[in-house]
Amino acid sequence: MLFIATEGGAALEQFMQQIVNGISLGSIYALVALGYTMVYGIIKLINFAHGDVYMVGAYVGFAVTTYTGLGFIPALIISMVVCAVLGMSIEKIAYKPLRNSTRIAVLITAIGVSLLLEYTMMYFVGPEVRSYPRLLSQKVFRFGSVIINMQQIYIVITTIILMIVLQYVVNKTKVGKAMRAVSADKDAAQLMGIKVDNTISFTFAIGSALAGAGGVLVGIYYNSIDPLMGMMPGLKAFVAAVFGGIGSIPGAMIGGLSIGMLETLVSGYGNSMYRDAAVFAFLILILILKPSGLLGKDTKEKV
Amino acid sequence: MKRRTILSLFSIILIMGLLVGCGNGGATNGGDADVIKVGINYELTGGVASYGQSSVDGIMLAFDEINEAGGIDGKLIEPIKIDNKSESAEATSVATRLMTQEGVVMSLGPATSGNFMATIPVAQSNGIPVLSSSSTADVGVTTDADGNVYDYSFRLCFNDSFQGVTMANFALNNLNATKAVMITDTSSDYGKGLAENFKATFEGAGGQLVAEEGYVKDDKDFNAILTSIRGEDFDVIFIPGYYQEAGLIIKQARDLGIDAPVLGADGFDSPVLLELAGEEALTDVYFSNHYSSLDEDPIVQDFIAAYKEKYGTEPNAFNALGYDLGRWAADAVKRAGSADPDAIRDALAETKGFEGVTGTFDMDENHNPVKSIVVIGLENGVQATSVKVDPN
Repeated sequence: MLFIATEGGAALEQFMQQIVNGISLGSIYALVALGYTMVYGIIKLINFAHGDVYMVGAYVGFAVTTYTGLGFIPALIISMVVCAVLGMSIEKIAYKPLRNSTRIAVLITAIGVSLLLEYTMMYFVGPEVRSYPRLLSQKVFRFGSVIINMQQIYIVITTIILMIVLQYVVNKTKVGKAMRAVSADKDAAQLMGIKVDNTISFTFAIGSALAGAGGVLVGIYYNSIDPLMGMMPGLKAFVAAVFGGIGSIPGAMIGGLSIGMLETLVSGYGNSMYRDAAVFAFLILILILKPSGLLGKDTKEKV
Repeated sequence: MKRRTILSLFSIILIMGLLVGCGNGGATNGGDADVIKVGINYELTGGVASYGQSSVDGIMLAFDEINEAGGIDGKLIEPIKIDNKSESAEATSVATRLMTQEGVVMSLGPATSGNFMATIPVAQSNGIPVLSSSSTADVGVTTDADGNVYDYSFRLCFNDSFQGVTMANFALNNLNATKAVMITDTSSDYGKGLAENFKATFEGAGGQLVAEEGYVKDDKDFNAILTSIRGEDFDVIFIPGYYQEAGLIIKQARDLGIDAPVLGADGFDSPVLLELAGEEALTDVYFSNHYSSLDEDPIVQDFIAAYKEKYGTEPNAFNALGYDLGRWAADAVKRAGSADPDAIRDALAETKGFEGVTGTFDMDENHNPVKSIVVIGLENGVQATSVKVDPN
């Protein structure tokens, strides 16, 4: 901070602008990371198809706004509903039959589902990029030379609202209680009369709905979607989930924002070519130094 | 022992059969039928299908016009169109099929440099010319890495280094720029080639590159790079890359209040650039291209009218290049006076003053055209100015 003070206001403003960029990007990672972390928390599966659910969400939002002319909020809700149904179907068709198989079998199935979603989508919509219709005003707010645009405000506000709703559902409702119970001990939960299958379905639905919301927000923010758009953000959200402590919901939020900031600061102040390398080097560092992540529980593997 | 002899005899017969088969196939090339078979090996499906399809539309317009006017010395052109699925391995097998089974006298396409290069070995071994309308890579298209010319490979477009040099000169002379920043697509040879030549020319003439940033294909967030650039003092931004990312960079730059002129090359030439960046952002954007629809030259305006009549849309640069390629191929057959592939090859190499929609050109000794380049300026998303730059 001393350095900034001596460099004067320009450097400070540039730094503030980078913070704004980092928070917008990080909010999206956080939404996607939540899905990873919830699914992992409940069935110990890294759902690699999650990034592609986010892609489907972006396309649903695109279809809704382009062909029916609905606005931002309806598009967001329809996309979340479609993704929730998609997430539940994936769980029922691909993962449930493997519930008692080895974890590696389910993991490989998840990669299969991911490729299936990507290339099915490519078959229907073609490989080229599409641009989103303009849903929000192009208004920008200036604070000195720091510029915040409407899309960034919407992204951050939507993310905050969804996180509050999620916290409420998980901590204050009956189904949230069931989720926490299944996550803590599946067999004991079943003995207590909790419907484990329904609870798992519900978890997939919530996680996928959040990814769908992330997809719509990205479409609006960057104005560009394509069938393979889920790959990179999916991987980075996974890093975010690991950093925050996989299985921990507040951890995923902190992880998402941190990865967004890290990327932004590396491209802004370091070398833009090392941005992705920095994120994945960071993953390796966490796995070596603190594999349970920031807020993760340091549990022993049950044998 | 006896068994082995029979086996080896049998295999010799088989091999002979294959050789004879090839001989027959080769003999039909350029045979004296009353049609001239021309292969069309293009990306009709797959990742770069829009380049392939656009080129073929242009080629077919040219062939239809020539055939309607009675063909070449009474012989009609028969295009044999096969899809290479935008894959280089497929491009090689399509080339083999066209040259050994279909008996074409020359083959047009593919559109991208990588796929086109994959057909050159087949062309060299079969002695059939291959022509590209849009392979702009510096090395490997008409010459190998050591500068030796491929006898049977020709192109009709300028190469990437010429575009990089032209845009640097345009920045220096037309925009009076002395300081530039460059944001390069480091995942493509195209981007790297343009960047290298721009830098060499710009700095060679006393200009200064104040920042060099990079990105890779499919990146979407450029805010961090642009924010750090915003703190620098510069006159122009050069983006060597394709429209898919360039559109987003321009939009995000304008959103951050960067209104310096943006320069690019023919990778900007797509309607998607406008969709991604939006109208207001596409002001003060200049890119080099093969042709401009604003050109008053009658040959250009006639082409535009004919294209609109046949396809109902405004032609793009790939359409124009394809059209020129079709006409140039027919012109070479006419000058060769026969449908012999070697005579056609010689005629292609000796091209002088061919008047095309994408400029008038001579072939140089490396099978590259010496032609002018157009720098198009966009205002509110539409082409507002065009400047022709001649090669020197």
